[in-house]
Amino acid sequence: MPTDPPRKRSTSSIKAGKLASFFSSSPKASATASAALLAAHTAANAQHGLSSPGYSLPTISVSDASTDSQKMLFSPPSAEEAHRIARAHAQFGPISDPGHTYVSKHTEGEVVEEPIQDDPPYYYLITTYLSYLILIIFGHVRDFFGKRFKARNYKHLKQQNGYAPLNSDFDNFYVRRLKMRINDCFSRPITGVPGRFITLLDRVSNDHNATFQFTGKTTETLNMSSYNYLGFAQSDGPCADATEETIRKYGMSSGSTRAESGTQDLHVECEKLVARFVGKPDAMVFSMGFATNSTSLPAIVGKGCLIISDELNHSSLRFGSRLSGACITMFKHNDMEHLEEVLREAISQGQPRTHRPWKKILVVVEGLYSMEGTMCNLPALIELKKKYKYYLFIDEAHSIGALGPRGRGVCDYFNIDPKEVDILMGTLTKSFGANGGYIAAEKAIIDRLRLANAGYIYGEAPTPPVIVQIMTALRMIAGDICPGQGEERLQRLAFNSRYLRLGLKRLGFIVYGQDDSPIIPLLLYSPAKMPAFSHEMLKRKIAVVIVGYPATPLVSSRARFCVSAAHTKDDLDRLLQACDEIGDILQLKFSSGVAGGKRSLEDKVQPPRWTMKEILERNVEDTKAKLL
Amino acid sequence: MDLQDVQALVKDYSATLSTQFQRLPGSAIIVRYIKNSYQNDPIRSAIELILFLFALKYLLSPSYSMQRGGQVELTDEEIDEQIEDWQPEPLVAELTEEEQHELERRPTIVGPTGPKVKLSNGRTVTNLASNNVFNFIGNDLLKERAIATLRYYGVGACGPPGFYGTKDVDMKAEADIANFIGVPDCIIYSQAFSTISSVIPAFSKRGDIIVADKSVNYAIRKGIEISRSTVYWYEHNNLEDLERVLADVEKTQKRKKKLTRRFIVTEGLFEKSGDIVDLPKIVELKYKYKFRLILDETWSFLTLGRTGRGLTEHLNVDPNEIDMIVGSLANSMCTGGGFCCGSKEIVDHQRISGAAYVFSAALPAIISTTISEIVGIMKANPEMLIALRENISIFRAAVEKSDGILECVSDIANPVVMIRVKPDYLREKGLEDGEDRLLQDIVDEVQAGGFLITRVKTVGNSQSEKKAKVVNGKVKKDSDEGHFMPCLKVYITVAHGKKDLERAGALVRSSATKVLGRKK
Ligand SMILES: Cc1ncc(COP(=O)(O)O)c(C=O)c1O
Repeated sequence: MPTDPPRKRSTSSIKAGKLASFFSSSPKASATASAALLAAHTAANAQHGLSSPGYSLPTISVSDASTDSQKMLFSPPSAEEAHRIARAHAQFGPISDPGHTYVSKHTEGEVVEEPIQDDPPYYYLITTYLSYLILIIFGHVRDFFGKRFKARNYKHLKQQNGYAPLNSDFDNFYVRRLKMRINDCFSRPITGVPGRFITLLDRVSNDHNATFQFTGKTTETLNMSSYNYLGFAQSDGPCADATEETIRKYGMSSGSTRAESGTQDLHVECEKLVARFVGKPDAMVFSMGFATNSTSLPAIVGKGCLIISDELNHSSLRFGSRLSGACITMFKHNDMEHLEEVLREAISQGQPRTHRPWKKILVVVEGLYSMEGTMCNLPALIELKKKYKYYLFIDEAHSIGALGPRGRGVCDYFNIDPKEVDILMGTLTKSFGANGGYIAAEKAIIDRLRLANAGYIYGEAPTPPVIVQIMTALRMIAGDICPGQGEERLQRLAFNSRYLRLGLKRLGFIVYGQDDSPIIPLLLYSPAKMPAFSHEMLKRKIAVVIVGYPATPLVSSRARFCVSAAHTKDDLDRLLQACDEIGDILQLKFSSGVAGGKRSLEDKVQPPRWTMKEILERNVEDTKAKLL
Repeated sequence: MDLQDVQALVKDYSATLSTQFQRLPGSAIIVRYIKNSYQNDPIRSAIELILFLFALKYLLSPSYSMQRGGQVELTDEEIDEQIEDWQPEPLVAELTEEEQHELERRPTIVGPTGPKVKLSNGRTVTNLASNNVFNFIGNDLLKERAIATLRYYGVGACGPPGFYGTKDVDMKAEADIANFIGVPDCIIYSQAFSTISSVIPAFSKRGDIIVADKSVNYAIRKGIEISRSTVYWYEHNNLEDLERVLADVEKTQKRKKKLTRRFIVTEGLFEKSGDIVDLPKIVELKYKYKFRLILDETWSFLTLGRTGRGLTEHLNVDPNEIDMIVGSLANSMCTGGGFCCGSKEIVDHQRISGAAYVFSAALPAIISTTISEIVGIMKANPEMLIALRENISIFRAAVEKSDGILECVSDIANPVVMIRVKPDYLREKGLEDGEDRLLQDIVDEVQAGGFLITRVKTVGNSQSEKKAKVVNGKVKKDSDEGHFMPCLKVYITVAHGKKDLERAGALVRSSATKVLGRKK
């Protein structure tokens, strides 16, 4: 980063006019700062032999395939070389072979089948339960003695001079005795861009994860954790260039709520763009995805309405549902038969007690579930919708940009007209590398929301730089600017997702989710394997997310990989290699082959346990075939 | 008794049992099933056995009346018929003319926001409707710093703080704010509006007690609602009433064995009415009755106090006396996000249970570094606040004349000047009903004169809701309109000159007279 531009001393005068001028620093200062910035920027580019795509003519390839990437195949390169390559392509890896692309699309006419869920041998399930039992017993024993001999540490859980404890002892038990053990695997601080690689700030703990100290060093790791599906987390390129220009012109804020005076031309333009992108007549954008849900649901349903929600829906959807005052029921995750049952019951029985008919029924699902990697069964939902006349709300937080041949989300993926879905919601935090959320629907609905959505009336408007990041990303995906680049990103993501998933299945891991889904949860089961997996991965300089209870059911702790278009095949091979090793160390290869990965369909007995060598030989072609 | 005897006895018994069992109809099937599954899968049988025992226990336990109570048994055909007949209401109601008008009258700014802005109708007006109190939006230093950050961090964090979304600059921004306010720790949420709605339910659960001012803003109301705590309201800014409620609560609590968590929730500077609370008194009450205090400084942070540290500085209260201070980084700071600060325990707890923190992406780095920069600017330039207050008083003097029809209801230090038509005057003219529309007309009139101001906005159409309330004859519990006062809002900033403010004040006054004059 360039050094601070000279900060002007404030004058002693406190006249308002003078102060106002204080805030627009002299043109000279800003000129030098920007010149320095530009110089640093071009120097950095020259050093890495990269031309910033923003300044060059549109090209077909996102980045030129440099020769050194060839050396990365199969064997990890020397540390020095790896460092150099990492610097050059740390944010967005160059595609190593034009063949490493695929189009994410549901085969038309085919029934959408739920992915088969493989289960590990009972032995592992039982040991998992036992592990929790032991952890809990240990926790209680430690508490028992702790409370007697180290009462000071438990002070905050006890009543203190007339105040009830902020945390109940019981609620806090899980955090204190289970999560604390693996705290170092969460909230790892980072610096820089969360792109293909991510730079972690090294930290150590001398008190069993209660506090951390930074060592001052950093580690650059392969980023399998950020929701950077299309690789738009970049500090240069068209998005960053446009954002910089916007910061110069618009500053950092819109200065108000949307309803008062925070609506700028940028917001209007962005909303039009989003609407066109998702295929709806109108849209609105918000400064936070969570708030989009938590404020929009109360604005469209209320008392006398029914919300039928997938059991695994995101916290923001639950938050919004609860605030709406509508009745809420749930159906089993992605279980369309159960949904139908619930619908029949709900419509035939009407509202509780009064049995009056429901005013409206809103079915709320997600496009792609972030912990499971599963997609909603949109064709079936539309089919049911025709019969049961409910309204459909889809949260495309993870699927927008990440699914479909044109990146337009689940509708695009299943080739269903977006008109069939009443409300399409999504976040801009993920695929677009920005921040915020959007809602797209018919104009009448959006107009109503503009009046009744609290986030629009009281919440801050999205900031101009964020809006421009969104717009540039959208335009790139649509091919309006830098034609070819957006498409390449989409196809690389689709390829990478299938490639990694197939590789993991063949190695013998149990993974959840559809083949085309860029979210790949790898099942670990036992709680002790969560930190072990995370640490082993970190040793191999790979950053992964581990999730366990309460975000998942008790037994199915998992590691979650989020694939990105910024990853190259070599990155994924590196990950597969690491998984292969760790899988052997930690005994994670449970797969029976029912969910895929076998050598052939006829093979009934042999569970898939391919070697890395075989995978490297076969995987690229097989990725593009119908997956076994 | 010998071991053999026991064995014999057991054998005997089991023999009788098995003959009895075999006499039962269908027993052979069960035996075959168990045998089969036993051979294939012993664990499964074990699990099934447990399930079976569980089911037995469940069946034998007394049934609850809520099980399918009041359910009507229907045949499939009847259900199909009902489904056929059912017609849902449209997803949204059509806009009324009034609502349409409200939407149309919302301004769109072309280009950047600043002391002067260009509107979509092509006119350039003086902007008195933005939170741009210190003109941070136009500050070139901040822009350069943001660009430098952009070139190192990109824009989005692409993940929640728990999953590699926490950046070094975020931690610095949090530390800077904590340090600025003078408390041990701070947590930043990525939207100001969602912050307090998330903070309240993170601490206050079902069964806990919240005592809140009747006039708190929408976000607080939603936070209270979702916490499912027991809530008691006290009259707006009436600390005697507060004390009465607190004493009541204490009395009923004494009878109960279990001590619950108790909170007082109030705004420091009220969004809806612009006045400030007597913080020292509230702190005294909180200690006396052993409540915790959640103070929403959304509107007072950066605008009150000698250096902008907020209400605590303004009224000389040690910020550590307040359990949770919640504030906005999007309002006067003109960045984005909200914060909650307090003790380390308070902050750490939110990092795992603040819904909008845990389940939402972290703030973009460009915003975090801007926050840190601005804190630095605030510390170094306390004279900005003096200038701001001078501007506020210039404007207020211009708008409020003793014989006029307008009065300022906001606190004299509040840069958001809230102006209402004197209630007596409205009553006299019989204009109480269409007040929203009236104020909008004044706003439009002022805009025609070259100044952009705004008014208090509410969720939905307050007019129609008000009528609904009259019909029902009682105040709806969670309606946003509970205690809202239709007001004009004028945002004073340091970037406006004396002349502009005087002209604006006079214009607001004359516009009001003109609009109300029309309504003879
Ligand atoms: C399904 C879903 N909805 C909404 C959100 C919230 O989005 P944001 O991070 O932009 O607040 C998320 C993010 O995790 C999500 O997964």
